[in-house]
Amino acid sequence: MVPLSWYLIFSAALFSIGLFGMLARRNAVAILLGSELMLNAVNVNLAAFWRYGDVTDIAGQVFAIIVFAVAAAEVSVGLALVISVYRKRNTVIADEIDLLKF
Amino acid sequence: MTTETLIWLIPLPPVLAFFLIVLLTNKSKALSHIIAVGAALLSWIGSMIVFARALGVEHLGEHPFESSIPWFPTGDTWFRIGVLVDPLTAVTLFFVAWTVLMIFLYSVGYHNFGQPAGDHDHKGLPPHGATIDEHGHKHSVPSIEPMYSRFFAFIGLFAFGMFTLVVSDNLLTLFVGWEIMGLCSYLLIGFWYAKPSARDAAVKAFITTRVGDVFMLLGIAYLYSRTETLNFREIFFNESIMHTLATAPSHVPGFSAAGLIGLLLFIGTVGKSAQFPLHVWLPDAMEGPTPVSAMIHAATMVSAGVYAVIRMFPLLSLDERTMTVVAFIGAFTALFAATIAVAQNDIKRVLAYSTISQLGFMIAALGIGAYVAAVFHLITHAFFKALLFLGSGSVIHGMEHGVLHVQGDRKGSPQHIDPQDMFNMGGLKNKMPITFWTFLIGGFALSGFPIITAGFWSKDEIFADAFGHGHMVVFATLALAAFLTAFYTMRQITLTFLGEPRTREAEHAQETKWTMTTPLVILSFFAVTYGWVGIPEHFPLLGGLAPNWIHEFVGGTLVEHPEAVEFSWVPLLTSLVVALGGLTLGYFAYRNVDSPAEDKLQIGFLKNKYYFDEIYDAVFVKPAYWFAENVVYKFFDQTVFDGILHLFGPGTQGIGDSIRNYFDLPVINRFFGDGTADVTYWSGVKLRVVQSGRIQQYLIYALVVFIAIGAALYFFVFSV
Repeated sequence: MVPLSWYLIFSAALFSIGLFGMLARRNAVAILLGSELMLNAVNVNLAAFWRYGDVTDIAGQVFAIIVFAVAAAEVSVGLALVISVYRKRNTVIADEIDLLKF
Repeated sequence: MTTETLIWLIPLPPVLAFFLIVLLTNKSKALSHIIAVGAALLSWIGSMIVFARALGVEHLGEHPFESSIPWFPTGDTWFRIGVLVDPLTAVTLFFVAWTVLMIFLYSVGYHNFGQPAGDHDHKGLPPHGATIDEHGHKHSVPSIEPMYSRFFAFIGLFAFGMFTLVVSDNLLTLFVGWEIMGLCSYLLIGFWYAKPSARDAAVKAFITTRVGDVFMLLGIAYLYSRTETLNFREIFFNESIMHTLATAPSHVPGFSAAGLIGLLLFIGTVGKSAQFPLHVWLPDAMEGPTPVSAMIHAATMVSAGVYAVIRMFPLLSLDERTMTVVAFIGAFTALFAATIAVAQNDIKRVLAYSTISQLGFMIAALGIGAYVAAVFHLITHAFFKALLFLGSGSVIHGMEHGVLHVQGDRKGSPQHIDPQDMFNMGGLKNKMPITFWTFLIGGFALSGFPIITAGFWSKDEIFADAFGHGHMVVFATLALAAFLTAFYTMRQITLTFLGEPRTREAEHAQETKWTMTTPLVILSFFAVTYGWVGIPEHFPLLGGLAPNWIHEFVGGTLVEHPEAVEFSWVPLLTSLVVALGGLTLGYFAYRNVDSPAEDKLQIGFLKNKYYFDEIYDAVFVKPAYWFAENVVYKFFDQTVFDGILHLFGPGTQGIGDSIRNYFDLPVINRFFGDGTADVTYWSGVKLRVVQSGRIQQYLIYALVVFIAIGAALYFFVFSV
């Protein structure tokens, strides 16, 4: 059986890729994608800990499902925002969306 | 229904009528008077049933109808209030119920119900008359009172006060009824409040009676502190309490506790029943509508004063000095008021002074211990004086009719005459026959016309008691007063009804409506017959034909039933001589008098009521004004208080200025005020760089902080 640490290393890598994507990409859609990667890295962790811990305790799985639901909601709101910003300003570049700064 | 329950219910209908009229029906005149008269009728029915049942009880004085409820706790015991019907209450209830009902009925006619509204009548003024078109020409008719409903509401409350007072079994609820009547008399005397004279009279009546009421309240408080009860029967029928009261010294040297309490309570009566020296308000109270005069002067308020003092008689009689004071005040007032009445020209004022005088008779009778005689005279007086007042109202009403008629004739220059001045009347006998005959009966009863009138029997009883018990001074004074009474009564009748009309207004006077004449007829029935229940047993010829019921019945109220006095010819002859002599002299002296100038008795001293108003004005009112103006206003307010205030003003201003200059401006403004703003501004300028608006930059901040916190936790918390 694959040891737990592999899963953790994999999810840490996934998380880092997501984090990098969020901080470095200028496209707002790519930033959203980065956040999805980070959330899923967490899900991998949750599933792995459940599998290697007490199997009868299903809290890890339940938690992962809740994270899915929240992520789905979040991304739908986020994409809707991006689309509406695009319609107004004709851009999806995060740096150009700077109306809050006066 | 048990008699006790019925007694509780007697005062209620009038007060319900008051609230109904005030709250609901005041827009509808017809409904208002139906409610008020209906309420008076209900109380009347209740009173008559109670009276009839009281007659059926043997020894009612020992076993009266009584019932009480606990009202409020006083320490370990309860203060109880309740109702009591003993013989005194029963006879009082009888005359109060009759006169109240008659006055209510009379008011309907007096305030011109059914007449059109006036052309230019104002609320708060008597109605001026209306013009109507009939058969093509206009003429003036009396107009309805603008505040008709209000009047019935007030007299309803008034009747409630009287019934409450009569049926109470203790001094406190008696006092409550007493004060309700004080308020109502104020409201009713000032009923036409837009007239300055009515307004002044109302205030005068209120304040004058208040003087007496304060003393009465003191008396009640003193009595309560001594006996711990205010129930009449608990005090009078308890020998040890009575003995203690009679022997214990009071705080005033020379008086026993009973004497002082009696005196204080008596001062309340002096105010309420307008005895000297608090008599000044009653003649002025004539400013109110005439039914009010009858209400105040016959059925209720002044009777209430005498009733209260009769009630407290067992207490008063414990102290000789108090009795002497009472007898003196009564006899003096009787004579003194009678002399003033002789010189008055206003038909109602004559009656007002005669009331004061007759109340003096009752008080004097009480002062010499003639308990039954006082009660008897109270009752007969209530009937014939209510009759006389209502009769005079009828005369005034008839005269007003004449005034309107004449006014309608001579258009353009309305020249008003006073419809109350007797010198403007004359010859009304033929114009107003019912009023004349009833007024004659009332007047003769007042004068004590022998044998047939009630006034004769009650007055005779007072004379007999005064003579029989050797109070010669009182006897002589009252005899003189009675002579004057007969004289001025005949003067009044002669000037008003006999001879020829002296003015065109009097020629056109008219008999009043049935609502006004019916009460007159009923009251004149009692003014004659009520005397027959009190014929002394040993009276020549008539004595013994009928039992001396009033003596047997009312005398039973006291613990020791009073003895009937021996018959003597002296008081009887005196009574006959003064009554007939006064009447004859009055007729002959005024038969041919046509104007005040021919009246020999228009002496300034009498006409101006011995200048009592002026004396009180100089002694009490003027000094009070002077005190208010010079001492309170000019000295205290302007000098002392303003001076202190002026010290405070500049002082405070100096403190304020220095705080501003040395603290606010340099410290607060410069240091805190400007400093705070500067720092905030500076840090804002510096910090705004951080807020770039770039989302990813914020994320980096978040990451850095997260890593910093994580590192800190790792090193400082988890590694320990």
